[in-house]
Amino acid sequence: MAWYFWVIIVVVILMAFFVLGLYNGLIRLRNQMKNAWAQIDVQLKRRHDLIPNLVETTKGYMTHERETFESITNARNLAQSAVGQGVGAQSKAEGELSGVLSKLLMVVENYPDLKANTNFLALQEELSSTENKISLSRQYYNDSVMHFNNKIQMFPSNVIAGMFGFKTGEFFEVESAAERAVPKVSF
Amino acid sequence: MWEQIRANRIKSVILVMAMGSILFAIGWLLGAAFMGNGIAGLVIALIIWLIMNLIAYFSGDSLLLSITKAKKIKHDDHPRLFNIVEEMKIASGLEYMPSIYIIDTPAMNAFAAGRDPKHASVAVTSGLLQRLNRDELQGVIAHEMAHIKNRDVLLMSLCSVLLGTIVILAWYASRIMIYGAIAGGGRSRRSSSGGGGQGQIIIFVVAIVLMIVAPLLAYLIYFAISRKREYLADASAAVYTRYPEGLASALEKLSKSTHKLETANKATASMFIINPLNRTKKKEAANLSSTHPPISERVRILRSMSGGASFLDYNSAYSAVHNGKNVVGAKSLSDVTPVSMRKAGVPIAMAGAIAAAGAKSTPKPTPEPTAKERARETSDMLWKHSKHRLVNCQCGTKLRIPPNYTHSNVKCPHCGTINTIPKS
Repeated sequence: MAWYFWVIIVVVILMAFFVLGLYNGLIRLRNQMKNAWAQIDVQLKRRHDLIPNLVETTKGYMTHERETFESITNARNLAQSAVGQGVGAQSKAEGELSGVLSKLLMVVENYPDLKANTNFLALQEELSSTENKISLSRQYYNDSVMHFNNKIQMFPSNVIAGMFGFKTGEFFEVESAAERAVPKVSF
Repeated sequence: MWEQIRANRIKSVILVMAMGSILFAIGWLLGAAFMGNGIAGLVIALIIWLIMNLIAYFSGDSLLLSITKAKKIKHDDHPRLFNIVEEMKIASGLEYMPSIYIIDTPAMNAFAAGRDPKHASVAVTSGLLQRLNRDELQGVIAHEMAHIKNRDVLLMSLCSVLLGTIVILAWYASRIMIYGAIAGGGRSRRSSSGGGGQGQIIIFVVAIVLMIVAPLLAYLIYFAISRKREYLADASAAVYTRYPEGLASALEKLSKSTHKLETANKATASMFIINPLNRTKKKEAANLSSTHPPISERVRILRSMSGGASFLDYNSAYSAVHNGKNVVGAKSLSDVTPVSMRKAGVPIAMAGAIAAAGAKSTPKPTPEPTAKERARETSDMLWKHSKHRLVNCQCGTKLRIPPNYTHSNVKCPHCGTINTIPKS
């Protein structure tokens, strides 16, 4: 056997390892992205569970916010029905819910009695922390998506991604009509 | 982007390997000098190292936690702390929730322990809980989470075991040598086969030099690794929180505190967020024999991060302070995605919405407990933890009933009312 036969074999083996490494890297990133999405789901579910509790606690105090309560309940039901409808639909529904919820938490200032209620204070800590967790898990998810998409689109991993049909991930956007309107607060 | 920091691990691995070769060298040379057999010395060194490793691996975290008298807490004991840890667990993408511990001391410090993310714990002092606001506490916890995520705890315990073995070997060798000299006999020289007179002396001299130099060298390497990991944990904390100012102002508060953490010692120092031993207000120069970079420098780097909160931003802030040196590693900076920073006073949950909407006015964050409320909250938790029951008297006095009080009634010392103690 000629020497170049061995050279070819070695090159082929090295290339196989290289391709394997790239492929595994893509799989790892995709799993990380999926796992990050699961984390968002956990927190969204937690928020859905907290809302009836919040409405129950605050209803007695905030007698002038009937409309807000209604929109919160509606937004929650909408968001709950959007579970499993894909990233786009779910992020839109959850965005609406975030908007109306923050509206409620902002008018709390007008109800001093409520701020003295320990039950409410504990609930408020849970709710605002859940909001934080939602946006932090979204942050991590979006970072993972960005990283995964970069790998899919950049050379050389894009070749492997094309061969095995990897699709780019979808970002969890926060743009929604309600959220865009939220920051208009006047005291 | 979380893999980025791993590339930097290569440097740490090289340093660990350098420590390992010091261990090999000292083991072999001491064996050659005192037992006439290099291999025997090597085997002894490796056995000591292995035993210490096993101890550190399986009980390092529980040892550390019991030395510092840390108490484990649950969600209901301190919801805010628990929530912040969970938030940072999510931001860092860790899979497991670490256990949370409280150390009852006015000193301000925090540390992470546990060999891998599955067995991780975070401990904070009650002084820290009382004096830091939510953003600052979040920065500190993010720093500790970064230690867990980057596997620094494992790395540092590996290093301290290596260091410990080297120090022990050098110490025992020096004892053997001194007593050997007193006994007046070169037992080792007699036992060695003849013909190697000159070579034996050279080995002996080298062994003595190494005995003195090796521990020092190992210390310096250990400190170098530790300082590097601190910078990297700061960089990661900025990425997790998107708010380097939180950690910066926390570090500032920590550096101003004059309370000393009594339970810290040299071996555990590198686990804390700031060096628990160096409390003297001397000069804070970047010296080679410290586990932590000077706080003023860490704060300066965090504060000069402009434009974003990514590793790239931290690295450029670092090189501005350190004359163009890098901290994160060139390779890992190549494909960092831009990370925007959160503005001061904006709750995390709103930051995304504001960035998306480009709004000018910012919503009010949820009101925070004041310093007084935080102090009360923390002491309530500690009382509860020591199994004291609380009775609210009608005159407004809070009565704390110790666990060994067996009567069912208690008289209020202020107004004289007889209160019944609720059964817990």
